[in-house]
Amino acid sequence: MSEAKGRILERVRSGLRDVPRDERAEDVEVTRAYVDSHAPGDPGAVVELFAERVADYRATVVRVAESGAPEEIARILTEHAVANLVVPPGFPDALVARYEGSRLSDEPPLTPAELDASDGVITLAAQGIAVTGTIVLDAGPGQGRRALSLVPDLHLCVVRAAQVAADVPIAIRSLVPTRPTTFISGPSATSDIELDRVEGVHGPRTLVVVLISE
Amino acid sequence: MSGDQVNVVWLGSPTFPQAAHDALQDTQLRRNLKHATTTIRDKRLRAVAELDDWETLREAGSQIKDRVMRHLDEYLLQLEASVTAAGGVVHWAEDAREANRIVSELVRAKGATEVVKIKSMATQEIGLNEALEDDGIEATETDLAELIVQLNDDRPSHILVPAIHRNRSEIRDIFQREMGKHGIAAPDDLTDEPRVLAEAARVHLREKFLRAKVAISGANFACADTGTVGVVESEGNGRMCLTLPETLITVMGIEKVLPSFSDLEVFLQLLPRSSTAERMNPYTSLWTGVTPGDGPQEFHLVLLDNGRTKTLADTAGRSALHCIRCSACLNVCPVYERTGGRSYGSVYPGPIGAVLTPQLVGVGTSEHADSLPFASTLCGACYDACPVRIDIPEMLVHLRAKVVDAHRGGVPKPEALAMKGARVVFGSPRRLAWAERLGAIGGRVAGIGGGRWLPGPARKWTGARDVPVPARESFRAWWRKAGRR
Repeated sequence: MSEAKGRILERVRSGLRDVPRDERAEDVEVTRAYVDSHAPGDPGAVVELFAERVADYRATVVRVAESGAPEEIARILTEHAVANLVVPPGFPDALVARYEGSRLSDEPPLTPAELDASDGVITLAAQGIAVTGTIVLDAGPGQGRRALSLVPDLHLCVVRAAQVAADVPIAIRSLVPTRPTTFISGPSATSDIELDRVEGVHGPRTLVVVLISE
Repeated sequence: MSGDQVNVVWLGSPTFPQAAHDALQDTQLRRNLKHATTTIRDKRLRAVAELDDWETLREAGSQIKDRVMRHLDEYLLQLEASVTAAGGVVHWAEDAREANRIVSELVRAKGATEVVKIKSMATQEIGLNEALEDDGIEATETDLAELIVQLNDDRPSHILVPAIHRNRSEIRDIFQREMGKHGIAAPDDLTDEPRVLAEAARVHLREKFLRAKVAISGANFACADTGTVGVVESEGNGRMCLTLPETLITVMGIEKVLPSFSDLEVFLQLLPRSSTAERMNPYTSLWTGVTPGDGPQEFHLVLLDNGRTKTLADTAGRSALHCIRCSACLNVCPVYERTGGRSYGSVYPGPIGAVLTPQLVGVGTSEHADSLPFASTLCGACYDACPVRIDIPEMLVHLRAKVVDAHRGGVPKPEALAMKGARVVFGSPRRLAWAERLGAIGGRVAGIGGGRWLPGPARKWTGARDVPVPARESFRAWWRKAGRR
């Protein structure tokens, strides 16, 4: 044990002399009377709310049926003039089948400079959160490592309606803590200059969420 | 750690009363502050009103923090074990000097002479940037506001928006003058449009992000059961630091530990709405040790005491450690709104700074710290706003008493003499009647000159307060007359 560690723990313990020695941490009551969700109970309404709240963050939400998704994705990428698209390992080929620009694979891993030179990335998500308008990425298949959804200037994220959790508590409970996890709510933004909101400081300036309904 | 060692970085301002006096003369500052605080205040109320269980969430947040503090030793050991098991390395630092030394050695071991930094209160508290500079390492702040402050060699004035005291044209001037000295210069056609200024920061910093081998961050939370560490932010500079470099060093106050990963369900609701008044901040990063092939392959967590165990030992002041650094208390504080963050002298301004700083430093050890518990009207707005229900007003009163106790003995202050005099006067009805008659005469005299200040040693008191002109007759005299009617 480092000397510092021993001394800090000693000071913590002597500082806590008022705590009865037989008190266990679980004995300190935590009342979890808060609700699991602030969203409406109806699943359809949850997806509606998700779309509304993501858009509220000045991200673009495009709703599409599975069959129309490849067409729509190609249209969005063309509209934003994405010429070389980063496609993470495990991303379904079918969804980018109609895209005509060049694709960059992350196997072997792209260097930061190569990533910086790309102009867009497409990923899946681990889940969505309706109340907060958040997408959650956990580096699972089709999502890639964290840098992929960060460095390119456009992030197109594909979320399926079934993946949308109603609210934060529900989403947290289904996460795997050991995975590197990123919550994204709208594009990169700052309000540091006179509290004027500006989108796009360091992360992607454009976030498009393609919401696929069954 | 010796008690007299200064462990918290002071921002070079005089004690609060003098600094506040000067700040009040600065109309530009007051205009900037008023705009900022009222804007965030209104927005926060709307964000909070969306959750009908806000009070139960606050209660849960407060209880979780209480549980952590009462069993901090166990949770710290559990956190260390979880982080180590996930491939991270945990270091313990008793004070600022030790933490800075640990970080500096880690950076030098990587052969790096520059690091990128995410805005972090803990590293500001210990003066890490300055310590690294002494060791030949250039630390670049990557949060836009921190960059503005750092480029201008300025001092931060707010926990959340450190450059809140600067307006757009001041920021343009700073960028034009300073950016080129530290990397990519601002473009010649830089305007004061926020979008243009943010773009200049993006270009200036991106080069550094892509090159950096080592990054330094703070932590908003660390979950004991899983070893997961979390940082919330808006700009993506945090994600850049947390994912691109090979080595990540996180400096975290020991009070930031949470019992379990699932507790994030409470704090990820409380923090963004209290802080930036958003439903969720744009980016939250959670990582557990290292992940092969994704992000830094070396992770160091520095657990910092630096006065926190001293704070823990005071049962009446302990809950200051519950603070999640949301800054809601600053935005509702009438004193902060008029004097600004820099008047508090410490990196922790506002109501929470007024209770946290003196405790970290130690009451009775510094004139600066001892002035802070008095920098309040005790109006209670901070308590209402606090997402983890820290009773700041009560703690302020407690600390005021401690400050007074610490200064007992020696030459009595004019205030103490005045109070003694008051005791004599109030001690007998006859003496009070005499005093009231004298007051009435004095009031008439003062009324002629329209004076609102007192002469002699009392002049200091009236420098910051209006003196009510005494009534022309005493209440008793009036009552006698009125009763006869």
